[in-house]
Amino acid sequence: MKARADRGAGAEGSDRSAGHETREPFRSYYGRPIIKEPTWKVPDVPAYLYLGGMAGASSVMGALAQLRGYSRLRRVGLLCAAGGSGASVLALIHDLGRPRRFLNMLRVFKPTSPLSVGSWILAPFSALSGAVAVSELTGFARPLARVVAGFAAVLAPAMTTYTAVLLADTAVPGWHETRRELPFVFAFSSVAAAGALGTGLAPRSEAAPARRMAVIGSLGELLASRVLEQRAGRIAEAYRTGRAGTTLRTARVLAAGCALGALFARRSGSVAVLVAASGTAASAATRYGVFEAGRETARDPYYTVVPQRQDGRSER
Amino acid sequence: MSPDGAAEHPLFGLARAAQPGGDVRTSASGPVDSPAGGNRLSGPLADPSAEAGYSERHPERMGFFTDTSVCIGCKACEVACKEWNLLEEDGLDLTGMSYDNTTELGATTWRHVAFVEQRIDPSTRARVDIGMPGMGAPSTTPEEGADSDATEVRWLMSSDVCKHCTHAACLDVCPTGALIRSEYGTVVVQDDVCNGCGYCVPACPYGVIDIHPDNGGAFKCTLCQDRLGSGLAPACATACPTESIQYGPLDQLRQRAEQRLEQLHEQGMTEARLYGQDPTDGVGGDGAFFLLLDEPEVYGLPPDPVVTTRDLPAMAAHAAIAAATAALTVAACFLGGRR
Ligand code: SF4
Ligand code: SF4
Repeated sequence: MKARADRGAGAEGSDRSAGHETREPFRSYYGRPIIKEPTWKVPDVPAYLYLGGMAGASSVMGALAQLRGYSRLRRVGLLCAAGGSGASVLALIHDLGRPRRFLNMLRVFKPTSPLSVGSWILAPFSALSGAVAVSELTGFARPLARVVAGFAAVLAPAMTTYTAVLLADTAVPGWHETRRELPFVFAFSSVAAAGALGTGLAPRSEAAPARRMAVIGSLGELLASRVLEQRAGRIAEAYRTGRAGTTLRTARVLAAGCALGALFARRSGSVAVLVAASGTAASAATRYGVFEAGRETARDPYYTVVPQRQDGRSER
Repeated sequence: MSPDGAAEHPLFGLARAAQPGGDVRTSASGPVDSPAGGNRLSGPLADPSAEAGYSERHPERMGFFTDTSVCIGCKACEVACKEWNLLEEDGLDLTGMSYDNTTELGATTWRHVAFVEQRIDPSTRARVDIGMPGMGAPSTTPEEGADSDATEVRWLMSSDVCKHCTHAACLDVCPTGALIRSEYGTVVVQDDVCNGCGYCVPACPYGVIDIHPDNGGAFKCTLCQDRLGSGLAPACATACPTESIQYGPLDQLRQRAEQRLEQLHEQGMTEARLYGQDPTDGVGGDGAFFLLLDEPEVYGLPPDPVVTTRDLPAMAAHAAIAAATAALTVAACFLGGRR
């Protein structure tokens, strides 16, 4: 366990390491991290973040399509909700150090733990969505399934943002300092992901609402990410550089492509498929980029020491 | 918000029953009125055990005062901890970090002695920046300090440990209830409950708790919960030859620390400072606090840690608004026509 990268032997003393010319000097214990880097694994946790959000927005899309009589879009929405949330549960279980004890998550309900609250959202949501999907595919108990889909859709919006609180309620500067903006990034990213899938998977004649979701969701995601970076202060460096920076830049290009493609996807099936692919990739890349940026701020003591020194006990 | 009915845990029930009467708080300070003051998530909190649901007859809050000014870096605490808690050897590395072979606290290192070498001017006690202390062979050229009066090398040694925070982020975020507040006001993991979700790891503002790479569970210092019940002091404090690690009721330790600080200041060691003793700090004060001779970050400690759960109500509000925004956005998309 000592194998965590030994970040240079820059013993105690000021860190003016290369590539960080704009940084204030600060002192540290041999440049070692102060907080622990999350032990959460890739791709498990980024996948868990993406799938849950996509499932939540898809569920709302499916339920509204049901209300407004879009039968094929309904089917896509409800199936994506079930598939996404089910896969999200599996990713979460796979990430546990002791997967067989997954059910311990439901042993207590702890309002102070976003993961506890989240599990209590995810578990009923995925169960309800799964049941609805079975009915959707087999035709069994349709009228009841309509009602159940409505219940799932009530839980669904929370699915798009609880994971943002989950990340923000940690000592990781890259997540805690962006706690106000992160839920909006995740919410719009989820809407875009569901819209993209609806655009690609539902017949073009029924996919108009999904195309609008892809456009507005992607633009919202771009805007929220921008606000996040602008307000992040010193932390923004982690969002702009390194692997996180590359990933997030790619995500922005993909999101812009998704929004643009969705404007023309009514006319062409292949464009619709491209929208589905780029929207999905953008949303997944956004989650991964945020995850990676947080990890970088955990590894580098700069992000812990300097803000705590300069901001004192201020709010931000 | 009582974590998991800890008071009813059979083990802890036993431990309490075994307490000699004298140890039990008899002053009956009455039920602590915490809910109103917002003290459940942050801020000063007189009695974390009572807040967690223990009856009035729970023992005093116990803790550590680690006075690093007398630490000699012998690592007896590290060894005693490993022996008592049956923690396996986890690598003795030549790290290039002075005499530090353990590098950090972790799942199998619950006491960690940090070593820092500094060159100071003996008359002013001012630290002189000697650049990067030597990696590799000692340099033959006179060091920068040579022409100043920085002739004295000062060793900073500090035995780090879990802080047993008054408001412990690890405990707050644990979804299974594996992390609980003990009757002594400490924070312990119940290994048979932990499912290894790893949430406590990034939640801890001090980087203490970690997942064991082999068995997947979370581990950290327990303040020797299994010794306290029989009236023994924790293994590290027992082994420490210089009383750098002092164990006792937190109230007494805080007083003793103030006296020691005064004494050092009188002796001219104005760089001495207490760390983690202040109940108004970001975590409501530490159950294990320190006397340091330099800035906390020099020892690898965060300068101003905060229990992030403090901001949970605000974060929940933001998430709720964002979720509503998502739902309304989707709904708006269904308003237009079919094209
Ligand atoms: S120092 Fe970290 S592990 Fe220890 S009680 Fe505080 S939050 Fe938990
Ligand atoms: S890893 Fe174990 S102790 Fe830590 S938060 Fe998860 S269940 Fe709780």
